[in-house]
Amino acid sequence: MFALRELVHAYDGREVLRVPEWRAAQGAHWLVLGPSGSGKTTLLHILAGILRPTSGSVGIAGQDLAALKPAALDRFRGEHIGIVLQRLHLMPSLTVMNNLLLAQYLSGLPRDGARVREVLTTLDISGKADAYPHELSFGQAQRVAVARAVVNRPKLLLADEPTSNLDDARCEQAYELLDSQARACGATLVIATHDQRIRARMSNRFELRGRP
Amino acid sequence: MNLATVSLAYLRARALNTTLNVLLLALGIATITLLLLTTSQLEERMQRDARGIDLVVGAKGSPMQIILSSIYQLDVPTGNISWKQAQELARHRAVKTVIPLALADNYKGFRIVGTNHDYVKHYNARLAQGRLWQAPLEAVLGAEVAMRTKFGPGATFIGAHGMGVGEGEHMHEAHAYQVVGVLAPTGTVVDRIVLTDVTSVWAVHADQYDIRDVARIAELLPDDEKELTALLVQYASPIAAATLPRYINQNSEMQAASPAYETARLFTIIGVGVDVLRGFALVLILAAGLSVFIALYNALLERRYDLAVMRTLGASPAKLMVLMLFEGALLAGFGAALGIVIGHALTEALGVAFRAAKQVAITGWTWMSAELWLFALALGVGVVAALLPAWRAYRTDIAGTLARG
Repeated sequence: MFALRELVHAYDGREVLRVPEWRAAQGAHWLVLGPSGSGKTTLLHILAGILRPTSGSVGIAGQDLAALKPAALDRFRGEHIGIVLQRLHLMPSLTVMNNLLLAQYLSGLPRDGARVREVLTTLDISGKADAYPHELSFGQAQRVAVARAVVNRPKLLLADEPTSNLDDARCEQAYELLDSQARACGATLVIATHDQRIRARMSNRFELRGRP
Repeated sequence: MNLATVSLAYLRARALNTTLNVLLLALGIATITLLLLTTSQLEERMQRDARGIDLVVGAKGSPMQIILSSIYQLDVPTGNISWKQAQELARHRAVKTVIPLALADNYKGFRIVGTNHDYVKHYNARLAQGRLWQAPLEAVLGAEVAMRTKFGPGATFIGAHGMGVGEGEHMHEAHAYQVVGVLAPTGTVVDRIVLTDVTSVWAVHADQYDIRDVARIAELLPDDEKELTALLVQYASPIAAATLPRYINQNSEMQAASPAYETARLFTIIGVGVDVLRGFALVLILAAGLSVFIALYNALLERRYDLAVMRTLGASPAKLMVLMLFEGALLAGFGAALGIVIGHALTEALGVAFRAAKQVAITGWTWMSAELWLFALALGVGVVAALLPAWRAYRTDIAGTLARG
């Protein structure tokens, strides 16, 4: 589904990430493991097309990201890639419903209220459609963040440290949520984490080593 | 869901700040709207009142005062002129028509103007009720006077000496006026005066002659005692403008005043004040622009994660830039709309106060094309204030921002 080759990323001339090769099949679930500072977030940003690597190639769903102009890359990201950020980052001034509609609008896809309600129902938060983010519990907010990431039926679902700072029960919930939602839309799932608790749950592991 | 929804949601989330900015801008716009409406209406009214009058001749004194007192019925007259000299002037070959004016009294602040039927004709005033005066002490009311006094034909009233309420207090109780007609509204000075014959004014003020037969006042009063306040003159030819005023000023005890020149002079005097106010309003608008800028810039700092997240959701940098510009324009648009509404309301309030003081009529319920420019100016200020925040939004480093957040 995606293929990274000879990937190198450097900040100010200092190499922070090197991936000789990594391929993932459509629908596969992968765990990116590594200690803090090993470049997990950088790798995720490169996969998301948020960051262009210093060298090497990134192909997603048959598309070479380097070949896309900035605006086309933004559009590609909006349509095909869903991202769940560690700190969720819902739009505080918009309702849950509008947060999801915003994801559709910004991706350039038609706004589809029925799809939004469908996703909210699947995630059991349809009752909160008109609530503002600050009115939600953490668990509800996390569901909304996942809902926002999958509302456009992405081919690739990325999650950055989705379980850090969560107790065991919530950690389990968060993992189940991502796993089931990725399955529901057939997306390839990549979870970047240093959390050892979900290590056992996934067989595909991509390990990044910390740098001295 | 579109950029407008997002902008509005953000403005709502910062309601206090938004209100402050909108009000600040509205104040500046309201001030300019008020100035635009009042000056243009004043100018138009004054031009309409003076139309067709080439020269005003009164007693020696300030030419401006002559114009204000005889055409606009605002100031007190400079004094009286003799009827005989007025007769001579009317026969001058440079003069086409002369309309006599005799001012002395008022009824509840409305001036009683002694004149002839030519005055009514000059302002194209039509009768709404009754007829024009035919004898001394018959009066015809201007539309506003009739409305305010609720007088119609048949009503009688007593004039008070002087040009306004509270002045003199001497009532001419021996000579009651009878209303014989009411004029339709003209939108000119005629609306707010009481019209009567010149001889009525003579009759009211000829107490020492003890004239019982008021109808024959013109015959009974010695010519030397007949006086007028001013003459509204129309030239026989444009050349008269070069000679007649000087002829009058040098060869008579009268003073000639040009309405065109004096009103222009009046507007340059008022203009200084208007310019100061306009400058003040522009400063207000600039301050509002600065405030919008600060608000958007601060909002941008609070919102940099939101902007980065919008980028991850597929928004292009250009879209974020448009979002910020739109927000600036939205603030400015609200401010301008509110300002224009307030400006109209203030003008109307001023008009009501003016009407109560029996001064020039002004209304807030009229629109000017210049207001569109005002709206455009406000939008421009909003967009310019949003430029730098918009540029910063455009340049948002998503990966860097998210990595820190």
